[in-house]
Amino acid sequence: MRIDIEHLSVRIGGAELVADATVRAASGQVVGLVGPNGSGKSTLLRCAYRALRPSAGAVLVDGDDLHALSPREGARRLAALPQESSSEFDFTVGEVVAMGRMPHQSATGRVSAADARACTEALATVGAGHLVDRGFLTLSGGEKQRVLIARALAQQPRILVLDEPTNHLDIAQQLEVLALLRATPGATAGPGPEAQPGSQAEPGSQAEPGSQAEPDAQPGSEPGAQPGSGPGAEAGPTGGLTVLTALHDLNLAAQHCDLLYVIAHGRIVTSGPPHEVLTPTLLAEVFQVRGHQVRHPVSGALQLLFDRLPHQSAAATTVPATR
Amino acid sequence: MFQDYSPRTARGRTRGHAPGHSFTVRSRPEVKGEPAVATTTEDAAPPRADQGHGAPAPRRPPRRLPLLPLIVALVVALPVSLVCGVAFGSAGLSWGEVTRYLGAGLTGGTIESDETAAYTIVWELRFPRALLAAVVGAGLAGIGVAVQAMVRNALADPFVLGISSGAAVGANAVLLFGALSGLGIWALSTAAFGSALASMALVYAAARTPQGLTPLRLVLTGTAMYYGFSAVTTLMVFSAEHGEAARAAMMWLLGSLGGATWDSLPIATVMVVLGLTHLMYSARRLNAMAMGDETAAALGVDARRLRGELFLSTAAVTGAVVAVSGAIGFVGLMVPHFARMLVGADHRRVLAVAPLLGAVLLVWVDILSRVLLAPVELPVGVITAVVGVPCFVLLMRRRGYTFGGA
Repeated sequence: MRIDIEHLSVRIGGAELVADATVRAASGQVVGLVGPNGSGKSTLLRCAYRALRPSAGAVLVDGDDLHALSPREGARRLAALPQESSSEFDFTVGEVVAMGRMPHQSATGRVSAADARACTEALATVGAGHLVDRGFLTLSGGEKQRVLIARALAQQPRILVLDEPTNHLDIAQQLEVLALLRATPGATAGPGPEAQPGSQAEPGSQAEPGSQAEPDAQPGSEPGAQPGSGPGAEAGPTGGLTVLTALHDLNLAAQHCDLLYVIAHGRIVTSGPPHEVLTPTLLAEVFQVRGHQVRHPVSGALQLLFDRLPHQSAAATTVPATR
Repeated sequence: MFQDYSPRTARGRTRGHAPGHSFTVRSRPEVKGEPAVATTTEDAAPPRADQGHGAPAPRRPPRRLPLLPLIVALVVALPVSLVCGVAFGSAGLSWGEVTRYLGAGLTGGTIESDETAAYTIVWELRFPRALLAAVVGAGLAGIGVAVQAMVRNALADPFVLGISSGAAVGANAVLLFGALSGLGIWALSTAAFGSALASMALVYAAARTPQGLTPLRLVLTGTAMYYGFSAVTTLMVFSAEHGEAARAAMMWLLGSLGGATWDSLPIATVMVVLGLTHLMYSARRLNAMAMGDETAAALGVDARRLRGELFLSTAAVTGAVVAVSGAIGFVGLMVPHFARMLVGADHRRVLAVAPLLGAVLLVWVDILSRVLLAPVELPVGVITAVVGVPCFVLLMRRRGYTFGGA
């Protein structure tokens, strides 16, 4: 399922946080949104998961205006991982993940076998099945993040929107989470309990950094269940899980996204495949750093190295002026 | 109601093993004479990413009581408590008398003419009072759950929105200055309910933003209004002409079931039942909202709209309850936590248990308030605190209960 954010603007209290932004993600694509702090990444994504109503423009989910759909219908198509999600109350991991089934349940209906299976599978996919009875508040940051991703997966969405999913994670966990998004089949991949044993072992085996540069080259633990696993992979008519994610780390974005959109001062500056977008010119203009594109010595993947700009002090003074 | 997704075996395996345990097991050759049997399950276990990241040893999973037996126990305890509430009191009545009078009252049976005085105590004073205690307890506990989820604050109670102190202003106007005297016996509850609704409108108008009601604004506005209304009440008590009315006003501020009659029951009961029904219907949405407005939105729940709905229903129930019993503290704050300690945080479970728990608790608290220093009657709020605080601390320490990560 595709998501098209068309000419979206957000004005709050006279300030234009996002202006005429257009971001499109085709079925099964992993699309990254990068930009400096305060550039409007989160605001844009909040519109995409309905936490915010845009002042102008629209979010189209498979052609339908998301804000015109019922909240439940919207949540069946699109799940999200907001940046901050906490609670005063002592929910267990199982209860947190079960909340993902809400859009599929009536207000008073009982928990169905399909609900239970979706929750178990989602937890297994993120390798957190053993946490099911733990209190959510007792988890570490990495564990929490995985559980929240499991909740989003339990929603069985066609589109997943993530706001800085690698925040608070150490490097191995960051790579693991991003590889997970790549490897996760769409909700239509079938009610496949057959994929469960394989996927349970998978996240653990991916913790080895060496295998991360090429997520496509995973040993076939899920044969034929990776429709959206690379730019070249042809997604079926229904497609796999479409992912739209804000990322802070440009190297992670370069390695894991099919397409990048760069946002600065609320406007989309440019978009395209990572190696075309993350040029030294753009890095200097938008991120105020001198960047070098190099190749990973083993995998050959795009890597970025950063220095301060030669006239860092001059650049720093011009930035506020342009705002 | 709520299904457990856990594969039992997996939980049994993880519990009790320190992280990294499997690594030490693998260096088997060094350990001579160690039986190799124990290693098989560990070796078969998939390596977990959090191993070696210094993850804290798994805490004991929160113990949760099975829901159905607990509800059955409470449903049985409630009528038993009600009968006890009728039986105990300063005027000594035997159990036989009490059950006979109750039976006569319920079935329309006959009694001897010399028993009229005792019958009046049972049927006109103690029974409606016990029933009112149950209704008020259930209402306060249910609203407490809703308010805590609504403002996402474990310290919130039904009175944090300022509605109860608003009701106190109206009630005191009647008690001290004879306002609405044309309404006769209905003057007090009408004034209390009316001013509760008026203060609700005031809090809502002040807390509202273009983005709807936000938790912090709601708490801050409610708290500010609470102090404002309390100041007005105090002013009224001080400027009152006769001391006896002021005493009554104070009693009312602390909460009391002493004014219970059959007439005070219908409105409060209807409001509490309606309010609890709405809450039960919203239980899943409360779960989502408790995780934050953004998460709720992603789950298809409009948190701002839900907060508006909850504000209306909790304010109406608070107004109705406060109008008949004054501001009985502690129940609305602590019973929701009791319930969460027993059955976990899932609002479907909490809302099934908390009202029953509140009802039973308040019936017994009322009994104690009448019996402890009989014939002097203690304010209910004193007993709720004396009984509740130690119980609460004990439970909190025993069950490893977590408030917002603390």
